[in-house]
Amino acid sequence: MADIGLYIELKEGVFKKSNRELLTLARQSGQNVHAVIFCADLQPYLPELKGIQTVIQVQGADLTYQPDRYAQTLAAIISEFKLTAFCGIFSARGKDLFPRLAAKAKASLVNDCLAVDLGARKAIKPVYSGKLLAEYQVDDETALFTIRPNVIAMEESAADARPEIKFFQLHPAAEKTKITQVVKSTAQKIDLTEAEAIVSGGRAMKNKENFAILEDLAAVLKAGVGASRAAVDAEYASADMQVGQTGKVVNPKLYIACGISGAIQHFVGMKTSKIIVAINKDPEAPIFKKADYGIVGDLFVIVPLLKDELKKFL
Amino acid sequence: MNIYVCLKQVPDTEASILVKGGNAINEAAIKWIVSPYDEYAIEEALKLKEKTPGATVTAVCLGPERVQNALRTALAMGADQAIHVESGVYLDDQNTARALAAAIKADPAFGVIFTGKQAIDNDSNQVHILLAESLDVPVATNVTVFAVDGQKVKVQREIDEGAKEMIEMSVPCVVAAAKGLNTPRYASMMGIMKAKKIEIKKITLNEIGIDESQNKIHLLKLSAPAEKPQGRIIPGEAADAVRELARLLREEAKVI
Ligand SMILES: Cc1cc2nc3c(=O)[nH]c(=O)nc-3n(C[C@H](O)[C@H](O)[C@H](O)COP(=O)(O)OP(=O)(O)OC[C@H]3O[C@@H](n4cnc5c(N)ncnc54)[C@H](O)[C@@H]3O)c2cc1C
Ligand SMILES: Nc1ncnc2c1ncn2[C@@H]1O[C@H](COP(=O)(O)O)[C@@H](O)[C@H]1O
Repeated sequence: MADIGLYIELKEGVFKKSNRELLTLARQSGQNVHAVIFCADLQPYLPELKGIQTVIQVQGADLTYQPDRYAQTLAAIISEFKLTAFCGIFSARGKDLFPRLAAKAKASLVNDCLAVDLGARKAIKPVYSGKLLAEYQVDDETALFTIRPNVIAMEESAADARPEIKFFQLHPAAEKTKITQVVKSTAQKIDLTEAEAIVSGGRAMKNKENFAILEDLAAVLKAGVGASRAAVDAEYASADMQVGQTGKVVNPKLYIACGISGAIQHFVGMKTSKIIVAINKDPEAPIFKKADYGIVGDLFVIVPLLKDELKKFL
Repeated sequence: MNIYVCLKQVPDTEASILVKGGNAINEAAIKWIVSPYDEYAIEEALKLKEKTPGATVTAVCLGPERVQNALRTALAMGADQAIHVESGVYLDDQNTARALAAAIKADPAFGVIFTGKQAIDNDSNQVHILLAESLDVPVATNVTVFAVDGQKVKVQREIDEGAKEMIEMSVPCVVAAAKGLNTPRYASMMGIMKAKKIEIKKITLNEIGIDESQNKIHLLKLSAPAEKPQGRIIPGEAADAVRELARLLREEAKVI
């Protein structure tokens, strides 16, 4: 049995949902699992960290994220605990931290994995905008993987066994790349890359105000609101809402595309959604070829009706 | 300042990609482009050059012979020089980064290096950071605002849903561009003519001392993902269709 590690990601102190996917993957691998968490107080997170062998709590006077000291700390943990594989979430943080870690530990990284075999250190990830899947084998001292959110079916741990808790000191690295300030988003938006459901609007929305009908439907579904590039370019929606090749890659259980034609550059950003629904008034729109369910009709009629219908049981 | 920009040549997004020999693609019918995020990198490099007296922009690309076209695009947009790191073999990201670093390090006076936040073929999302670490310089990724004042660089990068990090670093450094950083210019006719006359400097992997055998990541297999079966259009009047959709989502798809 090999020793493997997980980087448990907190967002403003909140345990990210996708950590549960990492924990499921690690438990199912049958390896000796060490979960690393940077926090002052471990108690709130312990109920989540069941069925694994060790929790390594990183402590320090100031634990705010700074890339160099986080990467140095994890590199030291990998070396001390002789971890042969180490996983994190393919999130904004993961994308910043894991390549730095790859450079600082004797490690090689595969990002954005859909499936990982932690024992064999093999991973599958989408390439060419999801047109192909690539299978990689990592042959370095440590294999690093980041996992795309919403791809691993979460399982609760059956074992109630409490992990052993160990402590580790934050590395005092000097920051070459210094984060001086974090500006929070003013709107309380759902993170599209982690959302379980997304309602998206395209050019057909005609203006910014009309996005309100998508927000209403999204509120019923507890969904995030996305947009096509045409809608973002026309300033109906903000840039962080763009789904697609030059926007976000999302992976919800349910994606509802409203007035979106289904151009390849949009499709590559949402094609792995479990269920795609298209609402479009043009029966020839390419989106219908890619959707599981489609309704041909005016979105301004269909979307409010759908909201009312779903409200009955949600 | 000696400004650098690393760009990758990738298949056009409209291209259909077919597997050849298990772990390569059939390049025969592919139209090649500069990876879209690298276009933002080129534009930002050119903007910085325009603001900095005496500055030059050098474009760097690793790949086979065909990538010279991508370098020509950068030259036509306004880059002054180009370096082609010639490689016809699959290199993993660490070795790609080491090779790019070697080409750039040959100039001890390198300043800001612009890259894309990801190349849209492999979506590796890491070469820019590995490059910076290999050069032992700071790096920020997913950058949407860039400013430099003397040796001090300030950037803003997107994190989650509209949240941003403000970052300070010093030159030399690597800045990985995201959408929103700028609007890339088109090459002018004059630029295209001028680009044709510039000689592209060539470096071989051999000169740098890197080869395939040093790869720590191996590409075992490429395959086409399972096609989704064609979906179905729900017929009927709007109200009926919506009711049926809601039922299907609950009972068949079980997603709500
Ligand atoms: C390099 C590159 C990168 C790109 N990156 C992205 C990206 O990241 N994301 C992205 O989305 N696009 C991207 N694009 C753009 C992409 O090619 C399309 O242009 C874009 O997705 C189209 O947006 P749309 O579907 O909203 O608009 P359109 O193509 O104009 O489609 C509007 C649709 O709405 C339908 N419609 C109109 N009125 C109604 C109504 N009342 N009710 C119902 N349906 C209605 C129409 O039938 C039509 O199908 C990129 C393009 C390039 C070249
Ligand atoms: N072969 C290459 N030649 C030049 N630059 C590259 C190459 N591969 C990657 N890069 C740069 O590194 C960035 C990130 O690439 P990647 O890690 O492959 O997603 C790209 O946007 C380029 O700027």
